[in-house]
Amino acid sequence: MADKKSINLTVMIGKLKLKNPVMTASGTFGYGDEYAEFIDLNRLGAIVVKGLSLKPKEGNPPPRIVETPSGMLNAIGLQNIGINNFIRNKLPFLRTVKTPVIVNFFGDSIAEYVRAAEKLSEADGVHALEMNISCPNKQAGWSIFGTDPHVTSKVVSAVRKATEKTLIVKLSPNVTDIGLMARVAEDAGADAVSLINTLTGMAIDIKTRRPRLANIIGGLSGPAVKPVAVRMVWQCYQAVRIPVIGMGGIVSPEDAIEFILAGASAVAVGTGNFIRPDITMDVLNGITAFMKTEGIKSINDIKGGVQC
Amino acid sequence: MSRLFKASIIENIQLVKNHYLITLHPLEKIKKPKPGNFFMVAVDHNLYPLLRRPISIHRWLNGDFQLLYRVAGKGTSILSRKKPGDILEILGPLGNGFPLKINSAHIILVAGGLGVAPMFALAELLKKRNPALYYGARTKKELLRIDELNALGLDPIIATDDGSSGEKGNIVNVLKRHIARHLSSISDNMLFACGPEPMLKALSLLAEKHGLQGYMALEQHMACGLGTCLGCVVKTTKGYRRVCKEGPVFPIEEIVW
Ligand SMILES: Cc1cc2nc3c(=O)[nH]c(=O)nc-3n(C[C@H](O)[C@H](O)[C@H](O)COP(=O)(O)OP(=O)(O)OC[C@H]3O[C@@H](n4cnc5c(N)ncnc54)[C@H](O)[C@@H]3O)c2cc1C
Ligand SMILES: Cc1cc2nc3c(=O)[nH]c(=O)nc-3n(C[C@H](O)[C@H](O)[C@H](O)COP(=O)(O)O)c2cc1C
Ligand code: FES
Repeated sequence: MADKKSINLTVMIGKLKLKNPVMTASGTFGYGDEYAEFIDLNRLGAIVVKGLSLKPKEGNPPPRIVETPSGMLNAIGLQNIGINNFIRNKLPFLRTVKTPVIVNFFGDSIAEYVRAAEKLSEADGVHALEMNISCPNKQAGWSIFGTDPHVTSKVVSAVRKATEKTLIVKLSPNVTDIGLMARVAEDAGADAVSLINTLTGMAIDIKTRRPRLANIIGGLSGPAVKPVAVRMVWQCYQAVRIPVIGMGGIVSPEDAIEFILAGASAVAVGTGNFIRPDITMDVLNGITAFMKTEGIKSINDIKGGVQC
Repeated sequence: MSRLFKASIIENIQLVKNHYLITLHPLEKIKKPKPGNFFMVAVDHNLYPLLRRPISIHRWLNGDFQLLYRVAGKGTSILSRKKPGDILEILGPLGNGFPLKINSAHIILVAGGLGVAPMFALAELLKKRNPALYYGARTKKELLRIDELNALGLDPIIATDDGSSGEKGNIVNVLKRHIARHLSSISDNMLFACGPEPMLKALSLLAEKHGLQGYMALEQHMACGLGTCLGCVVKTTKGYRRVCKEGPVFPIEEIVW
């Protein structure tokens, strides 16, 4: 038995030290303030905010979400308030929270990614950047940045030059070889990779014979994707030396520990926040309890500990 | 007073086929909901169905409260099988609710089908102002809570699709005729409505034609209920707006159909 005080939950993501490995997933936690009512935000390992772009984005027409077995499809279309608005109206609150803030961002061109990264790096209270590369590239017929290793390499290298902050690259799972994409990100200068983003999916209303989402295709998240996500985290852990942040369907401490055993340094809870707004605290408390009963002193001791 | 609370079921009764009234006793003190507010109800602890179901406040009973719901699919079907004493996890009250500072002399309430669930709450609160309540349903059997409405002194003007009660046809047409008769005083009226989309669309056209002010409660698929997922938007003249946060009640003139 390890007692509570001697349990070490701290993890390092690049230069960033987290007091524990439980983070929130971008797009599922707003800008943090909405959840202050339900949990003590100071207890989170990190807060990852909704993906931002230079200019505000309107997003897709509704319906934007549909529930599927143990999961959900979303096609929000990257709606966001824009970086300036975020810095002016959301960061002041986040600065009062004693938890690192990781800003998820994207662009529709490499130049936009770079400008977004520069702007965010200058802002007081942004502790790390997470670049979402699962979004369409204007200059390449709107194909997804993160599914082509050459484009991924280019955009990550460019952003790397634009920021000194810890840079996390959020990988798209809609690729054949996720380990390769992680390596590309590492070689281009990423401090960490995070995964998985949503898996593309589709649902059809059989009575109207129409797609259930206005955008036709959406991204699948929630418990339904967990085995895919665990597999991908494990493959990335073997492929790179930088930390891997694992997510995809985490709704319990057991889920989180599974990701850590697969190689995740930290984990993020996404869709779970919709099921229960205080779920991150259950995950955190459960991890601590598990370590106590299993006699684990440091969370890092079980990282990648799956015995194959 | 947390908006995340547990409530025990006092009663969960079938009113008519597929339509239920559930009475809940929160296990802690909760914020009093406004008419038009809603709750996100976790119908089960399982991962399927995953998401909570949005259901409007139907009646506030001094700390306990009632929801009126129709079995529409998997989630509401599970809810309908819950027994007295069972505990539900609930999030709410959520959303903006109907505006309650009303300057106009007359109030028109329109409920279509299950739209009576929130409109009942509003009617009860506004009963001293003698609102005119228009209530449409498919058939007599699906006219819910008529006795309770009568008991509040709100005699609804009724229309059913099959003519089994009240006028045969569409409740909006009934309102249309009444408006035509009292056209002069129209600007003195405030309209509130909730119901199926075709009804609300028709009402919007009517309101626009006569310059009638008012508000409507809209529905959209939801995940968080808290404004964070951006999943529940509807199109308005101000751009996409979240039904769970800026809504579910919107000024009629802002809704883009
Ligand atoms: C603000 C608001 C208030 C509501 N108030 C009431 C009420 O008082 N009484 C009542 O009977 N119903 C109400 N509804 C509709 C109710 O939420 C749906 O009927 C219910 O979610 C259906 O769930 P299901 O699992 O039975 O159906 P399924 O079709 O199996 O549900 C699948 C998914 O679609 C969603 N969904 C399906 N229909 C709707 C809908 N009309 N609106 C929103 N989401 C939907 C479900 O939540 C679920 O995520 C309200 C909806 C909203 C948005
Ligand atoms: C409604 C919604 C919005 C999301 N928005 C973003 C986003 O803006 N940027 C991003 O990188 N990922 C976004 N994601 C992906 C999540 O951060 C996460 O990677 C994914 O949902 C898998 O985790 P989960 O199963 O725990 O939700 C979003 C997911 C959902 C469900
Ligand atoms: S349901 Fe998530 S923003 Fe409205």
